[in-house]
Amino acid sequence: MKAALFITCLADGMAPDVAKATVRLLRRLGVEVEVPMAQSCCGQAHINTGYPREAYPLVRKQVSAFEGYDYIVSPSGSCTASIRHQHPGVARGQGDEPLALAAENLGKRTYELSEFLIDVLEVEDVGAYFPHRVTYHPTCHSLRLLRVGDRPLRLLRKVQEIDLVELPDAETCCGFGGTFSVKNSAVSSAMLADKTAAIKASGASVCTAGDASCLLHIGGGLSRQNAKAKPLHLAEILAATKEDAQ
Amino acid sequence: MTYLGMPTAPRGVGQLRGDEPFPAAATKALDNQQLRRNLRNATTTIRTRRLRAVGEVPDWQQLRAAGAAIKDDVLAHLPRYLGQLEEQVTAHGGTVHWARDANEANAIVTSLVQAAGATEVVKVKSMATVEIGLNEALAEAGISAYETDLAELIVQLGHDRASHILVPAIHRNREEIREIFLREMPGVDPELTDDPAALAEAARKHLRKRFLRAQVAISGANFGIAETGTLAVVESEGNGRMCLTLPKTLITVMGIEKLLPTWRDLEVFLQLLPRSSTAERMNPYTSMWTGATEGQDFHLILLDNGRTATLADPAGRAALRCIRCSACLNVCPVYERAGGHAYGSVYPGPIGAVLSPQLTGTTDNASLPFASSLCGACYEVCPVAIDIPSMLVHLRSRVVDDKAAAHRLPTPEAAAMKTAAWVMRDTRRWSGALRLARLGRVLGRRTGRISRLPFPLSGWTDSRDLPRPPEQTFRDWWSDGGGQK
Repeated sequence: MKAALFITCLADGMAPDVAKATVRLLRRLGVEVEVPMAQSCCGQAHINTGYPREAYPLVRKQVSAFEGYDYIVSPSGSCTASIRHQHPGVARGQGDEPLALAAENLGKRTYELSEFLIDVLEVEDVGAYFPHRVTYHPTCHSLRLLRVGDRPLRLLRKVQEIDLVELPDAETCCGFGGTFSVKNSAVSSAMLADKTAAIKASGASVCTAGDASCLLHIGGGLSRQNAKAKPLHLAEILAATKEDAQ
Repeated sequence: MTYLGMPTAPRGVGQLRGDEPFPAAATKALDNQQLRRNLRNATTTIRTRRLRAVGEVPDWQQLRAAGAAIKDDVLAHLPRYLGQLEEQVTAHGGTVHWARDANEANAIVTSLVQAAGATEVVKVKSMATVEIGLNEALAEAGISAYETDLAELIVQLGHDRASHILVPAIHRNREEIREIFLREMPGVDPELTDDPAALAEAARKHLRKRFLRAQVAISGANFGIAETGTLAVVESEGNGRMCLTLPKTLITVMGIEKLLPTWRDLEVFLQLLPRSSTAERMNPYTSMWTGATEGQDFHLILLDNGRTATLADPAGRAALRCIRCSACLNVCPVYERAGGHAYGSVYPGPIGAVLSPQLTGTTDNASLPFASSLCGACYEVCPVAIDIPSMLVHLRSRVVDDKAAAHRLPTPEAAAMKTAAWVMRDTRRWSGALRLARLGRVLGRRTGRISRLPFPLSGWTDSRDLPRPPEQTFRDWWSDGGGQK
């Protein structure tokens, strides 16, 4: 089986370990991974800041970069949600119905990581080993737009030696919200304070999620507070093996 | 796309605009620990109750879909249904008035009260009347308007503003309410304690006098049934029942979107509303009246005040489905921390962020569509399935377009966004730009993390660190053969 990796701009430039882990994990499960270099950014930052017109060429670029792949896998709930739920509308807003249909088609072929593992590969035990206390934060796009449900938790539960603890008020937004984190920094920080307090209360040494963007915000707060807990993307936990631990 | 020529709610009257943009107002509100505590307790409690109330209903999702469909039908045929409502109300002895905006509505109400020879009125809680600034307009004409809903009474006596759609005085605690009553309530017992039952009893005694004296009542309406000309008020305290039956003259101010086509449609909405708002299976008092009985006067004022402007935007008109349940406020993490006053409008929270800027036009209230992290919790609980997050994103583009139309040169933000998109849409430019992020490694060299960023990103490092950028981008690592096993 062949799949294309949708790196995401954030992983590409700031968190390459997330993308590397995704590749390692998929290969271990027998998937041949290709990385079309023509890809760039899903454009959600533009769309969500009020610049859908500027995102239009990015929608086209996304469609063309991933042409011909039956499966595109992304370690990002928000990017996957943007392609599925926003890209057709951006194209239609420019009167480009053919591109809108192509974007809808791309949306059907693009999977967030936990969706791909559970729905396509039909695996829950990915052979991972991670002997740490971990708590899972369901990011809003994964939870409410993609409706991944308990897929990430089912995968995490099968990780060897993991000590999975529940996160209090897990479904409350972490306060990132893209440019919201800067435009409404005070409210964002107040929401972050509650999220980091919940992580502390869980006793976890690792907070994981399916979105590197939220983890950047959560991790940034944990770091500022010199908290014990560290952020780690779901892909990195699922990719970890006993050999890595040594 | 600008919507020229479509009148919006006029400035200088009513309560649809704040004194400062949301970020500044919210930052101040965050320091109000009492507000935050009260809000957190109230919203957490009602959230849990709502889940239980909604969980009892096996066809809740179908009810939501029905509610959305009925309201969309109303919005698609508004002139027809309004005409039918007018016909029916008139046929049953009432009089219908059409008010294009707040000023017109205030003038009509004032003249009706004067025609009835009254200098005081009792009011049933009506957000529409706060929206248009009715009490202030009446006061200017020498008419006193007395709120009879307990929370509105507290707000009025405290010379304050409502901070929540359903529980307007949520920012007050019982000591404050006691102080307000002692200071402002005529004939109050000087030994009044802050025991909630005692406070309620004091309000009851005070209001009873007003009910028995009033000649004119002013109300809003939760629903107006076009088929029968029936108005409905859904309430918890009984003050509505008092005001709607005792006085000789009843004046109802209703937003034109509050219609339902038929009597049968109440079946859907009387299930959706109580469970979504007070988390009850059924609220204590639902009053319905059609026209006026012999010897009594009923006037219905149909209020536009920017609703047609909202209707004109296909991507924004669903905001008019709103039945003012406040479920969205109670799940919003932003509202929970910032409180209602920060939105500057009688309609705060998620629905306020999409309705207020459409009623006023997005040039005013330009900061409200951005007062959200787009988490989507509101959409999940909205009984009429308003896709608030998508609407917020759409309104953000309207705000950006407004700014572009108002400036000859692009704003700094617009220039940055255009440049970023120009970079992103070319593979070579993009790969190069990603590599530039490496330059950030000069920051945070000592500690491995970046604790201070320059403007305009300084807001980030107010409360967060940033990790040092990596030595190599993923795509460079892959192109260099790093992906080779």
